[in-house]
Amino acid sequence: MLAYIVRRFLYAIPILIGVNVLTFALFFMVNTPDQMARVQLGDKHITQQDINNWKAQRGYDKPLFVNSQKDGLEVVTQTIFFDKSVKLLAFDFGKSDEGRSIGGDIQERMWPSLAVQVPTFIIGIAVNIFFALVIVMFRASLFEFSALTFCVMLLSISSVFYILGGQFFFAKMWNLVPISGYLGGADAIRFLILPIIIGVLAGIGAGTRMYRTIFIEEAGKDYIRTARAKGVSELNLLFKHLLPNGMIPVLTGVVVVIPQLFMGSLLMESFFGIPGLGSYTLDAIQAQDFAVVRAMVFLGSVLYIIGLLLTDISYTLVDPRVKLS
Amino acid sequence: MKTSQTVLSVKNLHVHAGSLELVKGVSFDIKQGEIFALVGESGSGKSLTSLSIMRLLPEVLTITSGSVVFAQRKLFELTETQMNSVRGKKIAMIFQEPQTSLNPVQTIGVQLQEVLKLHQHIADAGLQEKLVALLQEVGMPDPIARLKWYPHQLSGGQKQRVMIAMALACEPELLVADEPTTALDVTIQRQILELLNNLRKSRNLSVLLITHDMGVVAEMADTVAVMQQGKIIEQADCQTFFANPQHEYSQRLINSLPKSDDFIDACESEPILEVKDLKVWFAKKKGILQRTFGHTKAVDGVSFNVRKGETLAIVGESGSGKTTMGKAILRLNPVHSGSIVFKGKELNGLSHSEFLPHRRDIQVIFQDPFSSMNPRMSVREIIEEGMVSLKVEVSAIKREKIMCALLTRVGLEPDHLDRYPHEFSGGQRQRIAIARALAVKPQLIICDEPTSALDVSIRGQVLELLNELQQETGVSLLFITHDLSIVPHLAHRVAVMKDGVIVEQGTTEQVMTAPVHEYTQALLKAVPALYSR
Amino acid sequence: MILPVLLWSDLLIYTLIASVGLFLWQLRKNPQAKKRWSGVFSSKVGMASFIVILFYILISLLDSLHFRESLPRLENSSHQEVAYSSDVKSVLDKVLIRLNSRNESTYSAPFSLHSFAKENMTDANGSVYRDYPRLKNGGSHLNDADERAWDVLWRSLLAIIAGMIIAAIPIGLHRYYLARKKEKGLASNNSIPWHVAYICVTLISIIACWMLSLSEFYHILGTDKVGEDVLYQSIKAIRTGVLIGTLATLVTLPLAIILGISAGYFKGWVDDVVQYIYTTLSSIPGILLIAASVLLIDVYIETHSEQFNLTTLRSDFKFLALCGILGLTSWTGLCRMLRAETLKVSQLDYVQAAHAFGVSHRRVIGKHILPNVTHLILIAIVLDFSMFVLAEAVLSYIGVGVDPDMYSWGNMINAARSELSRDPVVWWSVSAAFILMFTLVLAANLFSDEVRNAFDPNTAKGDA
Repeated sequence: MLAYIVRRFLYAIPILIGVNVLTFALFFMVNTPDQMARVQLGDKHITQQDINNWKAQRGYDKPLFVNSQKDGLEVVTQTIFFDKSVKLLAFDFGKSDEGRSIGGDIQERMWPSLAVQVPTFIIGIAVNIFFALVIVMFRASLFEFSALTFCVMLLSISSVFYILGGQFFFAKMWNLVPISGYLGGADAIRFLILPIIIGVLAGIGAGTRMYRTIFIEEAGKDYIRTARAKGVSELNLLFKHLLPNGMIPVLTGVVVVIPQLFMGSLLMESFFGIPGLGSYTLDAIQAQDFAVVRAMVFLGSVLYIIGLLLTDISYTLVDPRVKLS
Repeated sequence: MKTSQTVLSVKNLHVHAGSLELVKGVSFDIKQGEIFALVGESGSGKSLTSLSIMRLLPEVLTITSGSVVFAQRKLFELTETQMNSVRGKKIAMIFQEPQTSLNPVQTIGVQLQEVLKLHQHIADAGLQEKLVALLQEVGMPDPIARLKWYPHQLSGGQKQRVMIAMALACEPELLVADEPTTALDVTIQRQILELLNNLRKSRNLSVLLITHDMGVVAEMADTVAVMQQGKIIEQADCQTFFANPQHEYSQRLINSLPKSDDFIDACESEPILEVKDLKVWFAKKKGILQRTFGHTKAVDGVSFNVRKGETLAIVGESGSGKTTMGKAILRLNPVHSGSIVFKGKELNGLSHSEFLPHRRDIQVIFQDPFSSMNPRMSVREIIEEGMVSLKVEVSAIKREKIMCALLTRVGLEPDHLDRYPHEFSGGQRQRIAIARALAVKPQLIICDEPTSALDVSIRGQVLELLNELQQETGVSLLFITHDLSIVPHLAHRVAVMKDGVIVEQGTTEQVMTAPVHEYTQALLKAVPALYSR
Repeated sequence: MILPVLLWSDLLIYTLIASVGLFLWQLRKNPQAKKRWSGVFSSKVGMASFIVILFYILISLLDSLHFRESLPRLENSSHQEVAYSSDVKSVLDKVLIRLNSRNESTYSAPFSLHSFAKENMTDANGSVYRDYPRLKNGGSHLNDADERAWDVLWRSLLAIIAGMIIAAIPIGLHRYYLARKKEKGLASNNSIPWHVAYICVTLISIIACWMLSLSEFYHILGTDKVGEDVLYQSIKAIRTGVLIGTLATLVTLPLAIILGISAGYFKGWVDDVVQYIYTTLSSIPGILLIAASVLLIDVYIETHSEQFNLTTLRSDFKFLALCGILGLTSWTGLCRMLRAETLKVSQLDYVQAAHAFGVSHRRVIGKHILPNVTHLILIAIVLDFSMFVLAEAVLSYIGVGVDPDMYSWGNMINAARSELSRDPVVWWSVSAAFILMFTLVLAANLFSDEVRNAFDPNTAKGDA
């Protein structure tokens, strides 16, 4: 088990290096820092001097890979690649193009993100499983057919419409909650309710359908028939046999996204004005702040890899048949 | 042995799938303490009948008419809750596939307990003892520790024992056993049948035994009913049935049982395949760096030879390495060491392209006629494929002729060439597979359990076809099987495999009549009793 | 005189349609595939959703024939050459000429006769007052505002009748074709619910007629901030939606199929490399990768502006780049599935038998593996399609979607944020985008369900 985890961590290293090289290539080789500066400064009448200043301020004035003007190790370390990419591997995110510490921003902004994402995630799964179970209970009936059709309709609606609709009805028409904004402490709840409800609603269609497929497949298995032959009642069958077995693929399927809850949701946070990592990323994209985007890309892939590892570990926890080796 | 009291009475049972009638008016009675065997081939409706009694049919099927009376109660008139108090308590059931019939995430202790808690309100104190006693009764070793085990930790035979223990926990009056031994190895099969027979006697239990295996029927049953296409076509007590079967179909079923006395004489010709000390090992890896620390020895030093025009049967149970060995000779599995000499030429160590010319000499027929043919290719494409890629016949017109002749030879029509595999039955597909193998004019065909997926009445025909073809073409057969009973009138010589090694080999007569190794003896003993009659 | 303009996206979509047609025609030979497809179309839902999708595709094809009109020659010009307008139009624009040439000055509600905003006006006496001005084109033929209800009703009735008559033509032809076929004794598949198809065609025809005829006199979906007809915008956005769905899916396919199948078939180091590539790619948050790449495209366009002398060329380039990026970042899911399925299929006896016959790798893959994983590819195509249509809206909102000059549902929704906070609310623009998008995505999702039912061996009925 331990050997397995260590091996997975070792396996993660080439992946993170790959991510790093890829983003580096995207940000510094496809586009040179000169072009970046030109776009950032925006003005048509900029001089080369302006560009050089801009680059020097942000450390983009070094060579890409090899600095021939330095000696020893500095040949490699005094380069953009080392500065901007290798340091990411040590979780040194550096400064944003505006000069703020990205690491500090992330620490500060992950809490509002978590406050939206964690309840949405947990309530969402619970609601989806509940609906899926209800559908499985009334399988092969008109109810199932209409419920599934309804699910398809729900998942055919863009998430943007859920947010717009939610804001329009809950906040504007009925004045139940504020349209957007965020406050710390207990006040946060007022602002969080709507994003959470909408997050859950937007996921019902796809989630319920997926879990229903899992449960239906489980319901066709032989051990369910055995339990029926034992005289187990339909309700007990559902909760004692079907649910525990069906939860294995359900749980292991969602574990991979748990670490990524930190990253927040781009859409949700920007629509509701929640100062989390999602809106942070979006602002960076819109302001073309490449330093932040790079940091978030790296953070995202680290979290994804942790998610993969957690998935494997979760298998051993919930399924007695699986042993990691 | 028999009492006159009727336990279960099925009357005029009809089951429909939509508009299709699958069970067409089945009626029978089961008396107390008897084993009632319901015999039939796949699709005859025997399993549906048993599931209807339990009211466990899948949703797409409906019971359209008929009645089942059990202990003066009409089962079809009970509410679902009332029915739940019958299931498991009065009528219990065991299934064909013990591997999947137990809940994989619960310990067997919990699953056993569930039945007792549902139907008998036993105090927790007595529960443990009761469970241990049950496991002991079904012959589970070390029952106290086993209660905490999960199903995947048990062998197939042990799982079926747990299923039986679960079925017997509430002392039911009727046990429905749906092909309880089909998925098990022959030696285990024998143990489970003995267990069922003993329990029947000790508990005065009635058993509805669903099976396709006439050998099992002959040995176990008191009364036999034969089902075909949703109807019971003949019903009699066991002795009368086997002595004097009335219906033509019953006679065919009984005749499908192999006779023991006609052995084929060994043929003396030069060997075309010589296998020496063949080893197929798979690496086991461990640790952070995935170092190989050992090997799974699937085939561990096997030596034999196959003579020209001869059939060598390799007999062994699942996991003995017989299929792996066959694939290694075909180069579908990597060989660890050893030598494979075909007509004086060493095959092991040849490169991919060097081996290619030998592909047409050695061919294969697989076990499952459904997965051995690409469902998206027509019969023509399937048979032609080898002839084209091995350049057996380059002219398309000649190929067409050869294929038509082949199809006719294996008992199909030439115009079947443009059909697709799914339009054929299992037996017909196996004939196509034989035609496909013969199309490249091989000298050796490796037959990997070619008949075990077929119904008994078809099985004989396919074996007969193979025999005839061997006599006509002089092809050698390496016949891999788990079924000793078909060996006598098929193979010249037999090799018995266990755990990757051959424990005994010799002429068929030698091995079958005077087995030396104890494993061979056990295998022979496990062959259903009719064989030795 | 017109000058045809061939945009890259036009070329691609027509090539795509042609190859799909060829592929389907090839399939006629294979009875099993035929049976599966007739399974898809013998369900009412499958038939109806297919026709809806077909209608969308037709509109986008019409909108993919571009040209530039010649400008009237200037009197004093001595040049012999004809000058062409820099405005690239499509055939669809010609059809919708009445919609797109009748702009107002700002917002107006559906069927409204008055503008949404008050303006300073001068009355007959010369005094200035503020009121909602009459629209220039919306209902301008009416003398009295009270006539509107009757006028709309009357015109609707005419339009419905016209729609029915137009629909009757293809339906009648088809019935005649079926009858001829029957006469010749050709067995026709009775299980196909043609009546559903007829109903759908009739409904679509009625709606189209109604919209076209009423929109000559009213803005039936209102106008937007600069007074452009919303119906025109949302119809023009169909091309963007359909193309982004098809072209991005087209990009994912070769990558996913080649890499996925080779990983599953050859195993060993090939598998390791492919797994490494897709784990790395999928570990990067998709939306960030897309956003980053689109930003780079923006920079490229800005620094190479001389290559894009027409607005349309620029937005087309950006659009294609977006499709490419979407495709390049979304192939990993299908690749993973294909790898797993190939691993499974290549263990099956028929593949082993092919090896025993010495069949070459290329043939094994082409004949045995690929046809038996097609169901996964088919299902993925339809699902990806709807996913990309939905993604476009989100990306445009974030600001990394299609060019703001291009008509797209995403851009319409993007504008809705400020419209919804106005008082009274401007709801029509976002509703129009919602309805058109929802219809397309719903049809695609329902169709994918039917394809899955018919092709997935786990759910396929009646197949051994």
